Amino acid sequence: MKVVEKKAELCIGCHTCEQACSKVLFKVEDPEKSAIRIFEKADEGFDINVCNQCGECIDICPVEAIYKGKNGNVMINKEKCVGCFACVGFCPISAMRQHKDYTQPFKCISCGACTRECPTEAIFMKEKE
Amino acid sequence: MSCGKCNKTTVEELKKTHKLLAEFDYEPVKVEKGYANRTLYVNVSDNKIELKPVSEELKEKFIGGRGFGLWYLWQAVTPETKWNDPENEIIISSGPIGGITQYPGTGKSYVVSLSPLTNIPIDSNVGGYFGPFLKFSGFDALEIQGKAENDVIIFIDGDNHKITIEEAPEECVDSHILAEQLTEMYADSEEGKKNVSVVSAGSAAEHTRIGMLNFSYYDVRRKKVKLKQAGRGGIGTVFRDKKIKALVIKFSNLKGDSNNPADFDTIAKTGIKLHKEIHDFDDLQNSMRKTGTTYLVSIMNDYDLLPTCNFQFGNHPEAHKISSKVFKNYFNITKTDGCWYGCTLACAKSVDVFKLKTGPYKGQKVIVDGPEYETIAGVGSNCGIFDPEAVLECNFYCDTYGVDTISFGTLCAFVMECYERGIINKETTGGLELKFGNWKAQLELLHQMARGEGFGKIAGQGIKRMKEIFAKDYGADINFLNDIGMEAKGLEFAEYMPKESLAQQGGFGLTNKGPQHDEAWLIFMDMVNKQLPTFEDKAEALHYFPMFRTWFSLVGLCKLPWNDIVPEDNAETDEPHKIPEHVQNYVDLFTAVTGKKITKEDLILQSERVYNFQRVFNIRMGKGRRKHDDIPYRAVGPVTVEEYESRQERYDKQLKEEVGINPEGMTTEEKIKVLREYREKRYEKLKDAVYKRRGWTMDGVPKLETLKRLGIDYPEVVEIIKQYLD
Repeated sequence: MKVVEKKAELCIGCHTCEQACSKVLFKVEDPEKSAIRIFEKADEGFDINVCNQCGECIDICPVEAIYKGKNGNVMINKEKCVGCFACVGFCPISAMRQHKDYTQPFKCISCGACTRECPTEAIFMKEKE
Repeated sequence: MSCGKCNKTTVEELKKTHKLLAEFDYEPVKVEKGYANRTLYVNVSDNKIELKPVSEELKEKFIGGRGFGLWYLWQAVTPETKWNDPENEIIISSGPIGGITQYPGTGKSYVVSLSPLTNIPIDSNVGGYFGPFLKFSGFDALEIQGKAENDVIIFIDGDNHKITIEEAPEECVDSHILAEQLTEMYADSEEGKKNVSVVSAGSAAEHTRIGMLNFSYYDVRRKKVKLKQAGRGGIGTVFRDKKIKALVIKFSNLKGDSNNPADFDTIAKTGIKLHKEIHDFDDLQNSMRKTGTTYLVSIMNDYDLLPTCNFQFGNHPEAHKISSKVFKNYFNITKTDGCWYGCTLACAKSVDVFKLKTGPYKGQKVIVDGPEYETIAGVGSNCGIFDPEAVLECNFYCDTYGVDTISFGTLCAFVMECYERGIINKETTGGLELKFGNWKAQLELLHQMARGEGFGKIAGQGIKRMKEIFAKDYGADINFLNDIGMEAKGLEFAEYMPKESLAQQGGFGLTNKGPQHDEAWLIFMDMVNKQLPTFEDKAEALHYFPMFRTWFSLVGLCKLPWNDIVPEDNAETDEPHKIPEHVQNYVDLFTAVTGKKITKEDLILQSERVYNFQRVFNIRMGKGRRKHDDIPYRAVGPVTVEEYESRQERYDKQLKEEVGINPEGMTTEEKIKVLREYREKRYEKLKDAVYKRRGWTMDGVPKLETLKRLGIDYPEVVEIIKQYLD
């Protein structure tokens, strides 16, 4: 399975990755609608928050709407999802998202679009067991 | 699964035996801001099915849930109506917030009926999917009236907008079988089982007054039907008296916004905040996700509050055998043990494979839903039983037979004390050796209730009626029975020792439906944390908390996520016992669902309306005045020498410090008498203070000005109280 890996020290906070992600997921350029998020740290530099495909959310879903896809990445079945957002509250790294325009959560699907746009290689795709 | 009593083995065969009695197509409606704006009326005497519109006035004044239930019941009955008259109703309603999936504890149904135990309105809350599915199928409430000739099933098909009443002669009435059969029968497919919810009782509900209703939901992980109980007050008895075998609902299109709220985003964000809180702190606080409510057993035992041997004592050296540490090993825990979607507090624990040792299903491996704290304390410690497997067995049979574990536990404890004191004996019990600790005799008593036989049939009438029978037929001293029979208004006490907390005595006694802890649970505030030193403090708590907790029953919520998990900084707030942040969550949720802006004060006002209406309803039915708020002395202080002497140091100290009497040289009997006079007087003083705070007369009747302030001074309501006003 390929996951988005990060070297936060390389991030320059350009937010290009967020725009690339929201474009893939919702066909808009809106950081709030991105599964990967860049946060400015209090002291210096940036935090990169993105799903590591650990799958904790799979067990918390009451309708079994969250599953491992063919490539091992964690996916949400929108047909099954009842929008409880338990997965958002229980994500150990707070990488499951909610946005006011949608009644269901969304997350990184490991498509790699963000990594292709990153100008500093602060994020990149890496094979994970 | 089959009970083996009928010869139909498949659900297809069972379905073929159904006879269609009525069919009703309805127009679908979209739920708007938490309301379908319509209710469903079904009369099983003449198979009439009708729709009723919900007015803005009804929503404004009665909100939903219990409020709607009481309103419809008021219209249906007269002061002369008895629980088993055809005009008595069973009303099921969730409430405007009920059915949202984003906030924990939002799938509750509230059931209202005239109780066979109390003959006044009872309200009982329950999880499972029925209430939310009912609303999303197009109805804010279901009213059932009449009595069927033969057993019927009412089926609400929320997918195809059709209601049917079907004669259903063959299915077994015991819930663990019936709910499973009907789930399979009415589901479109294996996948569709989660879209079906069944309401059913059981065979003991037919022969006792303590019948309850099971509300089912299908657990997709276990691939099993689970049951939650509307336990209190005998509504299952009313259900079977109406010859209703089951209610079935199907609704397949549940989405996060099925409730169509005014402001979805606020609900989602408020819900996520609580999900995170539970994720971060549940393990450090009550561990509800791992042990459900069983965590309470050892806490209650440590504080001398765990009812033991019919509320004589508050702890027991063997209590550790039925603690959460023990049950944790029996539970098959999943991370989604909620009784409605999105409840991450996940207290609905179960033992998935339990081999039964007794009764008609002996040897079968079944799922046991629970046990919860109340069940462990009721059928366990209160009956002197400290065997976890006995508790599980009793829990299972109470559920499948459709009886309330609380009433069963408390009445069984009463019977056991009567047996040990020789008030009843082996002859009167038909050979059952009903001593404390004898779980086999307890189980046999329960099986007799299911068969409608022997002493079980007498015990199933509840403590109030047993007291009369024991006095009349066995020459027992009625005064002593009144002291030790733990019932008030006809309802058996829930499982907390109130003896050392005056506020909790009020919490049980100064209630609408009877001694149930869902109105006010003040033991810790009063006794342990000493936050309520004066009568006025206690009265304020006995105003605020019953009103606050009533609110859950109006909107469709569960109480547990209010204070069984608290924010990290809760202790530093002004009023930590109120959990201010969670109260604000509820204010925000109500506004976000209905679009009506309210404050935390409005929330209390909404409850006060319904609470006072219910009080007047009680008066209308012949109860609800000062004398009806009395409680047995066992709830107030030590009745017997053994009770006194077991805590002699405590009581002697109280005589000295509170009563101002030196106990030295006094016999225990004399000390009991003096303490009793003091404590009984204190309880009466508490009544005065609480009635004053609630805006009632000293006879416990809501004043006209109170009804006017609340805007429920309807002529028919005022008419009831008029005769009691000066």
